[in-house]
Amino acid sequence: MNKESILKKPAVQALLSSLACIVLGLFAGFIVLTFIDARGAASALFDIIRNFFRYPSAPVALKYFGNTIVKTAPLLMCSLSILFAYKVGLFNIGVAGQYAFGTGLALFAALHWQLPWIVCILLACVGASLLGAISGFLKSYCNVNEVISGIMLNWLSLYTTNMMLTVVKETTSPYTKNIVNVNHSALLPNIGLDKLFNNNQYVTVAIPLAIVLSILVWFVLEKTKFGYELKATGFNKHAAKYCGMKEKRNTILTLIIAGALAGLGAAMFYLTGYEQWQCTQSSVPGMGFNGIAAAFLGGLHPIGAIFSSLFIQHITEGGAYVDKTLYCSQISDLISSIIIYLCGFVLFMKLALNKWLAKRDEAGSSKDAAGTGKGGRS
Amino acid sequence: MTLLLQYTLIYASVLILVALGGCFSEHSGVINLGLEGIMVMGAMGGALAMKYLTGAPSVVIILATIAASALVGLVYSLLLAVACINFKADQTIIGTALNMLGTAAATVIIKAINTSANPDDVSSVVQYIDAKKSFIVSFGRFDFNWFMLVTLLLLIAAYILLYKTRFGLRLMACGEHPQAADSVGINVYKMRYAGVMISGVLGGLGGIVYITAGVSEWKFENGVVGFGFLALAVMIFGQWKPTRIALAALLFGLFRALSNVYSGIGILSMLNIPSTVYNMLPYMISLLVLALTSKNSRAPKAEGIPYDKGAR
Repeated sequence: MNKESILKKPAVQALLSSLACIVLGLFAGFIVLTFIDARGAASALFDIIRNFFRYPSAPVALKYFGNTIVKTAPLLMCSLSILFAYKVGLFNIGVAGQYAFGTGLALFAALHWQLPWIVCILLACVGASLLGAISGFLKSYCNVNEVISGIMLNWLSLYTTNMMLTVVKETTSPYTKNIVNVNHSALLPNIGLDKLFNNNQYVTVAIPLAIVLSILVWFVLEKTKFGYELKATGFNKHAAKYCGMKEKRNTILTLIIAGALAGLGAAMFYLTGYEQWQCTQSSVPGMGFNGIAAAFLGGLHPIGAIFSSLFIQHITEGGAYVDKTLYCSQISDLISSIIIYLCGFVLFMKLALNKWLAKRDEAGSSKDAAGTGKGGRS
Repeated sequence: MTLLLQYTLIYASVLILVALGGCFSEHSGVINLGLEGIMVMGAMGGALAMKYLTGAPSVVIILATIAASALVGLVYSLLLAVACINFKADQTIIGTALNMLGTAAATVIIKAINTSANPDDVSSVVQYIDAKKSFIVSFGRFDFNWFMLVTLLLLIAAYILLYKTRFGLRLMACGEHPQAADSVGINVYKMRYAGVMISGVLGGLGGIVYITAGVSEWKFENGVVGFGFLALAVMIFGQWKPTRIALAALLFGLFRALSNVYSGIGILSMLNIPSTVYNMLPYMISLLVLALTSKNSRAPKAEGIPYDKGAR
């Protein structure tokens, strides 16, 4: 086969357009950096991309790589939540609130009720899916746009979480108590993975679990009748209804599953003890919004999301290394939001690529025809 | 009580401005979910104008601040217009991206300005407290804010523009049935650009009113805490009609104002409800109101659908 057929494959096109988004996003980030201060722009961008590779000793770099993937797991769960709902035609912007509420329940169960980790995870999962259910119910029975109800629920769950976790916070700081000191049974098991990352105790079962779940999401969406029904509802809910599918039930179920994924992500991160919740937090956690970036950058494919989440988390962590006297760490937020913006153009890029390919094919075939014509004569 | 009235009016002004912005954009057929980001950018423009003009006569400060925030909002809204009208991008994604980009970009810019002035200053705060006084005229205990008057004038202007002019009726036609509008010679793309740009101007203005409404300085990394979306709820509750939007905004403004002043009202402070509950009130009420009123909502028919000349 020749080169053209590779470019026509949807997977290759998705990959190409994601790479184009990344390159353009980084370039736009570079321009912004240059505007702020031209002296350090190149090295700052390099710092962001380099992240933990900056450490010359391999074991140290490995440990920091461990930190990056510890934070990638919840990001991956958030992006799975987004893309699962998006495949069914719903935009689950409530993922940030579901994540916050999941955190609240998981930490409250772990610190206040002293429950083991498996119960904490389940609680977070159920609580967050309840939020999804509210959005779904409002969407299908009251005609409320899920984006607006999602945003309202985001703020409601942020305030609720802050209130709940104030009960279990340190007396001298706004942060919650460290699980390590309070309840060892609530920490996620390492199952030996910490050894792989130079004894990074935060690397837990959460990471393989997140990967398994993304494969599961792919399987459900692509290989089961249930997933097919959900997608059919997303394409055209009236058609789905007349085919005998329960379109209202499907909408609610989708958001329940999306919520559960986000809640799981929250528990899978906060039960490692890597970070404590700040009870005076005045904005919803950015993890949910970065999840949107990761979902679209991954071409809305569960397996693609694994890599895109890793990339987004990588540059977010890398943002912490830029020279603070020149730039601020929000520069990586800026880059990831530019990437989301560019993801809006993916459809257009694919269209343009296909048009160009068709044109080239046409030109090629007419040239071939001319060639064979000549050959025939000689 | 005067304090409650004052805060209600100022928050209602924010909601009226931004909801009218959303209203113009949606009547032209484009859902503007990026209002939150537009607000942040407009607020940044206005705040910087106030910072650099501190000490100038009041009239200059007022006019320059309004012009700066409207202009920055307008330019920023073009990002939405280009993507959604010319490139037919998904309006939800672009709107969300603009919200994130607005907060991130404003934080980066403000921090860069602060650190370049003073290397130790890594805050995302603009000093505009002195200039803010130009906007306020005190009548006894009531602080009248010029923005309230501006909002009232713009509300009247919006009503006339939308219902009494050729432009407004054409704009609404583009949101209801763009093909029909096109068939009688209206340029749908231009109209949609106009709708989005008006929403940029109004959203930007709403942003500066919002951040100057409170007492303290505003940290840009906080964004505008969901006010853009509250405004969209107000717009839906107001059924995309300016007069109803104004009434809805007053109701929502009241609930938002309660969280600022509840401790000064005897009965409410005696109830001893935690302040978080008051912070949650506007969001709770809007969810409730949306659940009860959205069933029969009359949204512009063609909103959210990119216009394609060739489509049937």
